[in-house]
Amino acid sequence: MFDQLGIVYAVVGAVLAALMAGIGSAKGVGAAGQAGAGVVTEDPSKFSKVLLLQLLPGTQGIYGLLVAFVTLNKIGALSGSLVQIDGATGLMLFFACLPMAIVGLISAIHQGNTSIASIGLVAKKPEQFGKAMLFPAMVETYAILALLISILAVNGIPV
Amino acid sequence: MAVLKMQRLGICAWKKNRKQILELLQRRGVLDIDTDAAEDEVFKKTDTSEARGDFERDIQLIEHALEILQQYVPEQKSLFSSLEGKDQVDLEEYRRIEAARETVLEKARKIEALSRETAEGETEIRKLENEKEALEPWKSLPVPMNFAGTKRTKALIGAFPEMMTSEQLVEKVERCLLPEQDRDGELPGYFAEVVSADSSQSCVFLLVKAEDADRLEEHLRTEGFSRPSRLEDRKPADRQEQLASEIKELDRKREALEKELISFAEYREELKLASDYYRARLEKYEILGNLLQSKKTFLVTGYVPERAAGDLARELSEKFPLALELADPAEEEEPPVLLANRKVPSSFEGVVEAFGLPGKGEIDPTTIMSACYIFLFGLMLSDAAYGFVVFAACLAALLKFPRMQEGMRKSLRMFMYCGISTMFWGVMFGSYFGDVVDVVSRTFFGHQVTIPAVWFVPLNDPMKMLVFSMLFGVIHLFLGLGMKGYMLLRDKKYLDFVCDVLFWYLLLMGLILILLPSGMFESISQMQFNFPPALNLAAKVMAVGGAAGILLMSGRGRKNWFLRVALGAYDLYGVTSWLSDVLSYSRLLALGLATGVIGSVINSMGAMLGGGVVGAIGFTLVFLIGHSINIGINLLGAYVHTNRLQYVEFFGKFYEGGGRPFNPFCIKSNYVEIKEEN
Repeated sequence: MFDQLGIVYAVVGAVLAALMAGIGSAKGVGAAGQAGAGVVTEDPSKFSKVLLLQLLPGTQGIYGLLVAFVTLNKIGALSGSLVQIDGATGLMLFFACLPMAIVGLISAIHQGNTSIASIGLVAKKPEQFGKAMLFPAMVETYAILALLISILAVNGIPV
Repeated sequence: MAVLKMQRLGICAWKKNRKQILELLQRRGVLDIDTDAAEDEVFKKTDTSEARGDFERDIQLIEHALEILQQYVPEQKSLFSSLEGKDQVDLEEYRRIEAARETVLEKARKIEALSRETAEGETEIRKLENEKEALEPWKSLPVPMNFAGTKRTKALIGAFPEMMTSEQLVEKVERCLLPEQDRDGELPGYFAEVVSADSSQSCVFLLVKAEDADRLEEHLRTEGFSRPSRLEDRKPADRQEQLASEIKELDRKREALEKELISFAEYREELKLASDYYRARLEKYEILGNLLQSKKTFLVTGYVPERAAGDLARELSEKFPLALELADPAEEEEPPVLLANRKVPSSFEGVVEAFGLPGKGEIDPTTIMSACYIFLFGLMLSDAAYGFVVFAACLAALLKFPRMQEGMRKSLRMFMYCGISTMFWGVMFGSYFGDVVDVVSRTFFGHQVTIPAVWFVPLNDPMKMLVFSMLFGVIHLFLGLGMKGYMLLRDKKYLDFVCDVLFWYLLLMGLILILLPSGMFESISQMQFNFPPALNLAAKVMAVGGAAGILLMSGRGRKNWFLRVALGAYDLYGVTSWLSDVLSYSRLLALGLATGVIGSVINSMGAMLGGGVVGAIGFTLVFLIGHSINIGINLLGAYVHTNRLQYVEFFGKFYEGGGRPFNPFCIKSNYVEIKEEN
């Protein structure tokens, strides 16, 4: 039973990576978008800057997609010929996806909040855009580290 | 790579030349005039706030007029209008507007008045239309609304807030006129009619004997009857007709006003020029308010870039009788900062400015940083086709709009260079729109063709790419430390150089050399280093020597040895920050992979429809949309994270910023650029 479910564990991992990171990004981008819309009502010329800041928490969703894709590709789900894997390998793939899933979810929400603060900064001091961009980018570092570990782990697990 | 050398310029001139001198300085735009001069008994500042207020009002008036024009006659603007730059206007035209400024203001006032009148007309029309609307249910009433009755009768004209038929009305009226207890009495004569009824109200007309009227009205009121608020002395239908013709008349008037307003659109350019003219005057009066003036003379002091100083001094002394002094700034002064770099690095000045201009005693990091920027940006985007798209788009925009604003031009040039680097790394890693060549050849032509990577494919060998990412990181960080060393050597702080730079180099290189041949590194990277024993020993000596040096010398300012070593130990702990800095470069791998893998996802999605014509159309659609999004997102990612690596990791090693930007007294226009005759 355990071994039969190997492929299922792997798919659940891939799905979680896309799902949770996507939820996080949606929350982050959504919240930042609300703040951004407020700024643009006051001053439409700040649209491009605000949009860039809004997009920053969106990357986690893409990283999640990436990990999901790499994992699905690994088990042959994309080419239509599923490989047979035992339960242990399946669980390994599942856990390999978790860093991206969990860190993606949480960091995107926090990055969204930081983006909101930066949007406020740009609203008052548009010339400080370079610095405003940096604060959300600091949060993203951890999503990138999680992505790295997830990809390296998925890549390194023999199937 | 330089911060321009500044000189102090001081002018003392006659007040009668004040206007021309300030105008000349403003047009040359190379002097950053001091605004913090202190007053004394002879030299005082004049208050120009009143004149400035006037100018601000004029500017506002013109801007408002332009806004109104924009509303009625929208200016045709292309998607790329922000790239086009300001219109050029020659000095003659500018002088003409200067002379005719009052008439231009008059036009602006006229535009405002016209727009106000139009708005008033519109309100009036709306009011009349409301009235006409309110009369609609009464249309078929054959008597005026204020009809009171005849000699013996009284009329009740009003509405119930509900749907009502004639029978219901009759019943209501009769119930009142002939109460229950008086069933056998005679019903007095009356006339009742429902003029109109809908679900929200019923308009009724009642005619009763004069003596019954008050009682009936009182009674009906309790059932919701109310008289209309507006009582005209004309029949509703006539009144409606009259209103319609009034509305028509007003409409005609409004149209005429609008036509007149639209005819002012041809003065738009004049208005813009005048707005800029007043803006320039405002700027001038702001400066004037900060100048020290005696009874007959005035003083101007400020910073001027050395390379422009000579020309400016010559021109001033040739044209006006004045006393002029040029000198190097004093040691303790902090002159404003203007960067001057060669063409390629100058495109990256914006990145440095966004962080902060070099402070006192710091060097301009633009040149070195620009090289690192191009390198790292390319590594993150790392797709030859994407690089070409970015490069071509920027180049096309630069060629098509030669008069683009300076800041915009610099950014586009920056992305153009980054595009070239992206192409280079794309070729090295064999990535062209992800793996589009493989997918297309496999799906549509039956056999797979792969463009081989010149170096290696990161997705197939991510550990190798990770190691190289960190290697690039170490080089970048060492470069930063080297910059710090260069600045210390330049300032002849040799002890600081040895303690703060050399010891760190020793420690870090020693640690790296110890790490490389170790089993741990080999298992991670699958790379084997076999150093001769002498080198291994040297590595240990370097690491220990560097660590000891840092431990003992970091707190060299302290007399207390205990404190000194404690500070050194704390500094030595900073080696962990080096570790996290180097790990931070793993984003080079992550972002590079992201570009490539998402590209492949798009390609395989496009190929899902299979070969053939339908497949080809589907593929093209998915390809265009998908890759546009991917370019956009990854361009943003590469831009943000390259900036981060420069700001946090690289600048963190040597650069603080904090310089004051050079802010010359010049014509700060919104719409036009004034061409100089020489």
